[in-house]
Amino acid sequence: MEREIRLMKGNEAMAEAAIRAGMKAYFGYPITPQSEVMEYLFEQMPKRNFKVLQAESEVAAINMIYGAAGSGARVMTSSSSPGMSLMQEGISYIAAAELPCLLANIVRGGPGLGTIQPSQGDYFQAVKGGGHGDYKLIVLAPNSVQEMADFVFDGFKLAEKFRGPAMILSDGALGQMMEKVALLPEGSLPHTVPAWAATGKPANRPPNVITSLYIEPEKMEMINHTLQAKYKQLQKEEVRYEDYQTEDADIVLTAFGLSSRICQKAVDLAREQGIKAGLLRPITLFPFPEKKIAEIAETAKVFLDVEMNAGQMVEDVRLAVNGKKPVYFKGRMGGIIPSPEEILHEIEQISEQVLSYQN
Amino acid sequence: METEVLTPEVQEGFDCVYNKPDTLTDTRFHYCPGCGHGVAHRLLMEVIAELGIQEETIGVAPVGCSVFAYHYMNIDMQEAAHGRASAVATGVKRVLPDKYVFSYQGDGDLAAIGTAETIHTVNRGENILMIFINNGIYGMTGGQMAPTTLANMVTSTSPYGRSTEWAGFPLKITEMLAMLPGAYYVTRQAVHTPNSVRKAKKAIKLGFEYQKLKRGTCFIEIVSNCPSGWKMNPVDSNKWLEANMLTMYPLGDIKVPVKEGQGE
Repeated sequence: MEREIRLMKGNEAMAEAAIRAGMKAYFGYPITPQSEVMEYLFEQMPKRNFKVLQAESEVAAINMIYGAAGSGARVMTSSSSPGMSLMQEGISYIAAAELPCLLANIVRGGPGLGTIQPSQGDYFQAVKGGGHGDYKLIVLAPNSVQEMADFVFDGFKLAEKFRGPAMILSDGALGQMMEKVALLPEGSLPHTVPAWAATGKPANRPPNVITSLYIEPEKMEMINHTLQAKYKQLQKEEVRYEDYQTEDADIVLTAFGLSSRICQKAVDLAREQGIKAGLLRPITLFPFPEKKIAEIAETAKVFLDVEMNAGQMVEDVRLAVNGKKPVYFKGRMGGIIPSPEEILHEIEQISEQVLSYQN
Repeated sequence: METEVLTPEVQEGFDCVYNKPDTLTDTRFHYCPGCGHGVAHRLLMEVIAELGIQEETIGVAPVGCSVFAYHYMNIDMQEAAHGRASAVATGVKRVLPDKYVFSYQGDGDLAAIGTAETIHTVNRGENILMIFINNGIYGMTGGQMAPTTLANMVTSTSPYGRSTEWAGFPLKITEMLAMLPGAYYVTRQAVHTPNSVRKAKKAIKLGFEYQKLKRGTCFIEIVSNCPSGWKMNPVDSNKWLEANMLTMYPLGDIKVPVKEGQGE
């Protein structure tokens, strides 16, 4: 498919991709560092075929998403950490009512009002289910402006295939920085209104009801089984990761999103010094590439997980490694981005202490 | 929920003077005897049947006693989170602008937890019909104080009567909403007497007819009783409603559309 080359901010690339992916409506609320998404969409609305509405709060926005998704429309919202916290109730309802939609969290440093600088502190919220009850989001973690755009298409596809919310988990740096992006053409992701949507009941079918309420525990358990079956299928079929020189690596870094780009540079620097380093970058945070990590744990000697938080994904890495090899963690918090040299220093230390001892 | 066919056969020698419309399902209401919800549901569905808009209508049910409205209403519906019915209805209407969309909420849902959504939906002039059942109490959770609970009224969280000093005042949200330019038609009705039922039905019909004009939000408050929550029998609760609720919440139109040529 012919792609159009543009130089764009991550947030704008995501918004442009959403229009090209056939998004019918966007509901949102301004918050730094992702406000460009809605601004870009408002600028484009008169020229193109979609609608955007600024809601009175993130709470209202996510419930508008629920209503529009329940009407069978392809819909999207985006926010940043504190705003995404406000949306969690609605996201739980959307997951339970099995409504497809795309969410984007352009994460900033927390907790609390925090900072507007980039962070990865919302991994737990995104991957473990930030709202109540047993549900999962399909979580895609881009590490470039190109992927900010591409994952919009992938997110809609997965959300509609599995009838549930998908999330692009990005951060303030990826949202704000400009890079070259090759955009897919408009109309390349067809959409039809699904049969279950509440669009008005014709005489020849029973009412379509969008709900997450099942008062009888037996029925509620059935719904839970349905959800869990989907999540199992996702784990079987939709795991995505990027493998960078792990094959012969003694020390394997694990990192997602922005951290993974820094780690890739650190791996190159380490290799220049003769340290056999590699990087396993989960692209889908749920479903998580646990099998691949377990496989690497057979050959690697040690893991180093790098995140812009106090250590969140590292728990999933440790579960996958399952005690076979030591898993170290290096994190920066509060909106600080680690440098490749900082990670290299960590690699060198582990290399000296652990690898030399093991040899 | 079990579906039980309740439509009786018309016996020989009798004339059929009233039939349940197709827009109501055969499911038996779970509402307490004498509760206004059943009447309000019936009126709403009668109007949809009479206007012939069953295929073009999407309803949004709230959290509260009418959480299961979609068991009784034979139309496409969405069940909203507590307080968010008008936001959900906004989402529906914005992607299906030519369909009829209504929300149905109680006082706790619309005037407490959902106040922000309520005000901004009306302020945007969303072309939907909002039905607001005001019985001055949280019925489903067991009779707690609502924003619309009258002063000195006893509820399970105001066991000595609502102290306005401690818990504030009964909220006349309908009057507040009528002040907003997005509101097209705002009225307060009741369903406790045959006469009030007829008037309420007319108002609901207007609410749907106006929706076609796309000139703003139609908002209908229905002052209702809650025999169980008020701890009264149905007859006494309707008398109490007339004597107390209607003093604070007087019936009638609060904002009516300006006729062509008359100006504001």
